[in-house]
Amino acid sequence: MAESFRLPGRGRLAQARTARFTFDGKSYGGVAGDTLASALLANGVHLVGRSFKYHRPRGILSAGAEEPNALVGIHRDASRKTPNVRATVQELYDGLTAVSQNRWPSLGFDVGAVNDLASPFFSAGFYYKTFMWPKAAWKSLYEPFIRSAAGLGVAPDQSDPDHYAARFAHCEVLVLGGGAAGLAAALAAAESGLRVIICDEQAELGGSLRFESGAAIDGQNGWDWAQAAAARLAAMDNVRVLTRTTAFGYYLQNFVALAERVSDHLSSPGGLPRERLWQVRAKRVVLATGSIERHMVFPDNDRPGVMLASAARTYLNHYGVAVGKNVGVYTANDSAYAGAIDLKKAGVNVAAIVDLRDNPSGPMVDEARALGIEIHGGRGVVRVGGRLRVSSITVKPRTGGDGERTIAVDALLVSAGWTPSVHLFSQSRGKVTFNDEVKRFLPGTYAQDCISVGACNGTDGLAATIDEAYAAGAKAAREAGGKTGKAAKPKVEASESWSRGMLGAGPGAEAGTTVKAFVDFQNDVTAKDIRQAVREGMQSIEHVKRFTTNGMATDQGKTSNMHGLAIAAEELGKAVPEVGLTTFRAPYTPVTFGTIVGHARGKLFDPTRRTAMHGWAERHGAVFEDVGQWKRAWYFPQRGEDMHAAVNRECVTVRKSAGLFDASTLGKIEVVGPDAAAFMELMYTNPWQKLEAGRCRYGVMLREDGFIYDDGVVGRLAEDRFHVTTTTGGAARVMNHMEDYLQTEFPHLKVWLTSISEQWAVIAVQGPKSRDIIAPLVEGIDLSDEAMPHMSVREGRICGVPTRLFRMSFSGERGFEVNVPADYGEAVWEALWAQGRKHDACAYGTETMHVLRAEKGYIIVGQDTDGTVTPNDAGLDWAVGKKKTDFVGIRGLKRPDLVAEGRRQLVGLRTRHPDVVLEEGAQIVADPKLPVPMKMIGHVTSSYWSENCGRSIALALVEGGRKRMGETLYVPMPDRTIEVEVTGMVFFDEKGERLNG
Amino acid sequence: MLLIRCPYCEEERPEIEFRHAGEAHVARPTDIASISDEEFETFFFIRANTRGTVYERWRHVHGCARFFNAVRDSMSDRFIMTYKAGDPKPKKLPGV
Repeated sequence: MAESFRLPGRGRLAQARTARFTFDGKSYGGVAGDTLASALLANGVHLVGRSFKYHRPRGILSAGAEEPNALVGIHRDASRKTPNVRATVQELYDGLTAVSQNRWPSLGFDVGAVNDLASPFFSAGFYYKTFMWPKAAWKSLYEPFIRSAAGLGVAPDQSDPDHYAARFAHCEVLVLGGGAAGLAAALAAAESGLRVIICDEQAELGGSLRFESGAAIDGQNGWDWAQAAAARLAAMDNVRVLTRTTAFGYYLQNFVALAERVSDHLSSPGGLPRERLWQVRAKRVVLATGSIERHMVFPDNDRPGVMLASAARTYLNHYGVAVGKNVGVYTANDSAYAGAIDLKKAGVNVAAIVDLRDNPSGPMVDEARALGIEIHGGRGVVRVGGRLRVSSITVKPRTGGDGERTIAVDALLVSAGWTPSVHLFSQSRGKVTFNDEVKRFLPGTYAQDCISVGACNGTDGLAATIDEAYAAGAKAAREAGGKTGKAAKPKVEASESWSRGMLGAGPGAEAGTTVKAFVDFQNDVTAKDIRQAVREGMQSIEHVKRFTTNGMATDQGKTSNMHGLAIAAEELGKAVPEVGLTTFRAPYTPVTFGTIVGHARGKLFDPTRRTAMHGWAERHGAVFEDVGQWKRAWYFPQRGEDMHAAVNRECVTVRKSAGLFDASTLGKIEVVGPDAAAFMELMYTNPWQKLEAGRCRYGVMLREDGFIYDDGVVGRLAEDRFHVTTTTGGAARVMNHMEDYLQTEFPHLKVWLTSISEQWAVIAVQGPKSRDIIAPLVEGIDLSDEAMPHMSVREGRICGVPTRLFRMSFSGERGFEVNVPADYGEAVWEALWAQGRKHDACAYGTETMHVLRAEKGYIIVGQDTDGTVTPNDAGLDWAVGKKKTDFVGIRGLKRPDLVAEGRRQLVGLRTRHPDVVLEEGAQIVADPKLPVPMKMIGHVTSSYWSENCGRSIALALVEGGRKRMGETLYVPMPDRTIEVEVTGMVFFDEKGERLNG
Repeated sequence: MLLIRCPYCEEERPEIEFRHAGEAHVARPTDIASISDEEFETFFFIRANTRGTVYERWRHVHGCARFFNAVRDSMSDRFIMTYKAGDPKPKKLPGV
């Protein structure tokens, strides 16, 4: 199909460079440099989508990022399907595939459009009012219905195969927006030689010079000047020019986030990232974000073919596309006249200009009249003909009365005036003020080191804009420490200028009418909806917004907010600033999750920590579990074993001969210095001063509130040196906790703390044969019970490398923990494994470690405690130094609630039937016959099958548990109630004889 | 993202190097074991949570690892000043 609306010789695209694309399966031709919107319009396609709520046919409203209507899906391949892409922003590439959204079975005939007929039932606040009763219908009926109707476009169902890049950047001057103002500011700032970054969301810099045919600067037309200026900037070493880059978030201390679309415009992106996130810190920011044209609010103003005047000019002057053959214009200011004039000069018939102003006058009006265009002053458009495309407008005097006239058109250019883009200024926490004379919100009080210039600052006219922007750019550079001149100042020779316009609804859509005159196209909010919200009691614009959803779509009300505000103010009988303005929030335009996430996904989402012996475990078939960032060997299944069988075998083997366990993930902190013991006294509940060098002690650490924070075995290597171990998960926070007290509460103590978790690999050798296994490899340490009793530590060598050898046990068996420098971890493990094989030892994982310790009633902080458990609750009163006058938590332990009777205490549970294994986390009740909800008196904290005991075992926190020994309690489950008996916490070797066995 | 001046490193560093550590100038009583329940409540649970100028502790955890104090405006998040742990609460704030 020929591009019948492309005007040969018009626009700036090389029309010979063609590109093919499809829309809803139909193939069209376009030109390199087109947007999808301009290419569709070149083919005479205006109908591109269906609206969100009423499924009304919609066309293309704008030529930029503010587009609320022309949202399409872009499909590159099965996994690259992007919904809700604005056709006005998507650049055309050869082979582009676009599909329309929110329609079934087709865009031209959409069953969902029945919503439009039923619209009296779907008015503002519909959801809040309709889905209230009956309560039971919510889950079965309302929620499924709302969910199926909600959302626009179809999300891709495969994971995103693209990659996204991220950059940090610093500069002295950051210019946001590359129109005339931004270019002038950047030219001025760049003269200083300081680092300047200028970004713009479009593919080329130039902003509104793209359509302003009347601008001339430095002897060139405006657009050509902009390209030359951009090239000059790009050639400077101190300037970075970023195109296709949207500043979407303005954060504290001039930290601005930019999203650069790197390859969405390319036919074959190759290895390029799809998008790149720039996080820029600037000394000074120049906001040159321009302004956005508003539409007119009149009945059925959403018909395809109704378009902003500046958009029609852009399509004509830049893309060489006429938006119709017989266009009408409806406006309340001068700028739409420029569109009519441009189109007329290009040979397009302009059927009429309808102007709400009574006696429009001025050079633009005169020029239009001189070109023979009919001007209907003091009149408004009260009706449009056509459904899938506007076919006529009906014009009526503004003040009512006779004189209604219908004029045939195939497109209608509208303009109600321009809204300064104060979004980023507002995001910077600056306060806007309403200028009543020009009816605009403008930057008022600044909160950061930034300055607004040009249209976003309410400055009208190109010459004034460039003066202001150039001065601001120079000032920003000077404030950032640079020197500037005036050499690069552009000279404006001709420009267009307009201002004013109107806010709110026009004739035919006044209060009392029931027509659909759209304020917010994307969320289908009409003038009537806003008036209704006010009538139903919404007083502030924040409430009106939420009740009607005005401005809450992904376009964030760029075209609609001011109209909505004005209509609400009128209905409330208040001035606009009294009704208030909603808050602008990041992102300015939608940003993909990919851009925000960048490289931090998959394997790079979070670091993975592996121990020195990880490779050995992998080679020996370990199944791993994640413990924080660590990968820990969970169990080592042998031929055909499931987890249960493997764990049972490992548990029995350790108690029969021995087992090797990788305990390297334990947190390890070296506490060193003349006051090390004094510091340990303060950090742990236990006494440390009298602990001899070479001995170990189990330490309990509390928070100031008296609850258990961490635990671990501590070895005293020397008078002034402690080797402290922490739980795996607690390593970092225990270090932080210790540093906090040392630096801020006890800075007088001469102590140094060093994290040594990564420096020492730890191999636990547990079981009756443990000494036999390590003995042949150890040098310089007497391993006899007399020389090295349980809970002692020695330094020496193993396999020729240094070791800190602990005699300790987390299994209840005779045991050692062999600490060696991490680099030797795997080699020493291999040597110990070779010895172990001689004694039928096994390698065991964390699951067996857990079962063995539970058999002995050893607790795990964070599993058997939950941050509300005291040492007494856990049966650890013996670990609290009774004679101590201070330690962290000493006062907290005396709080009335912590010494009260009836606290939950840690006890053992035996199920009545030994084969039944309780579920961890299950609740415990005293009387299962009570009505639901029953009084729960505790919960199961640890529960396992114990092959060594031949039955299930469990630990639980139970109210007054230690006084309930022998009592029968109940664990109600969904399918049955389990009977349990309260017992002590030790299930195996109660006397503890095996520690020396 | 904020820039925070570490008073030990004597330079501004990005927020991600730091960790907030609660209100500043809440000293642990030296005779903590013998204080009353009310005194413990004041020390451990009660915080000013001021709207406006707040005195708080930060740690340069991914830098020099030192704890220090900062004065910040909780409305604007602007850092007014930072100073070393143990230094007295400043009587006069710059620019206030």
